[in-house]
Amino acid sequence: MSDVRKRRVKLLYFAWVREKVGSGSEEVELPPQVETVSDLIDWLRTRGPQFDDAFARPQVIRTALDKVHVKPAVRVAGAREIAFFPPVTGG
Amino acid sequence: MAARVQQEDFDAVAEVAALTAGRTDIGAIVTFTGRVRGGEGGVAAMTLEHYPGMTEAELSRIEAEAHSRWPLQASLIVHRVGELKPGDNIVLVATASAHRQAAFEAAGFLMDYLKTRAPFWKKETDASGNAVWVEARESDDSAARRWS
Repeated sequence: MSDVRKRRVKLLYFAWVREKVGSGSEEVELPPQVETVSDLIDWLRTRGPQFDDAFARPQVIRTALDKVHVKPAVRVAGAREIAFFPPVTGG
Repeated sequence: MAARVQQEDFDAVAEVAALTAGRTDIGAIVTFTGRVRGGEGGVAAMTLEHYPGMTEAELSRIEAEAHSRWPLQASLIVHRVGELKPGDNIVLVATASAHRQAAFEAAGFLMDYLKTRAPFWKKETDASGNAVWVEARESDDSAARRWS
């Protein structure tokens, strides 16, 4: 039971990733095969054409786990909030 | 140390006055203001989106990094979000130190790091009404790398 709760995460999407996905946030249950950020992106792409389009170029997608920048090889276990966005353009 | 994200405009002079009020140890203040550029090659309008919560955390991390590298007595980052027009202010960075070199360098560092790490995204609308997300620039990445 507690194990199942740990795999439940909030996903956030920003800028053109949000526009392509068609939503800014959602809650999902991570499937067992998703261990890293890169695995998560692979799985998201299977969830429909809008996800496949948004994540078609994984190399330009940036990721934050619980509001901290991370690389694609980082494991997602324990994260409560995972955000996907394009390279930042503030300033 | 302070970092704010807001829709409202800011007054750089008033911000610096508040930052330095009652301080006699500050010998140098550097401020940078970034504005929306219109005119030739510029934009008609701009929308700034951010990641609430992470933005403030990331700005604080960047500011703490500047304080660990230079002897700063005070610093401030104010970044606007929402709908902006040509001539509007976007960002204010202020650094205060005993001497000018630390203040100049830290202000440059804060802007370079902010542009490559703080989760803001600009969507620009041109004169004919086409809106596009601004692409990140390699020149910003190389500017940030000079500090590492």
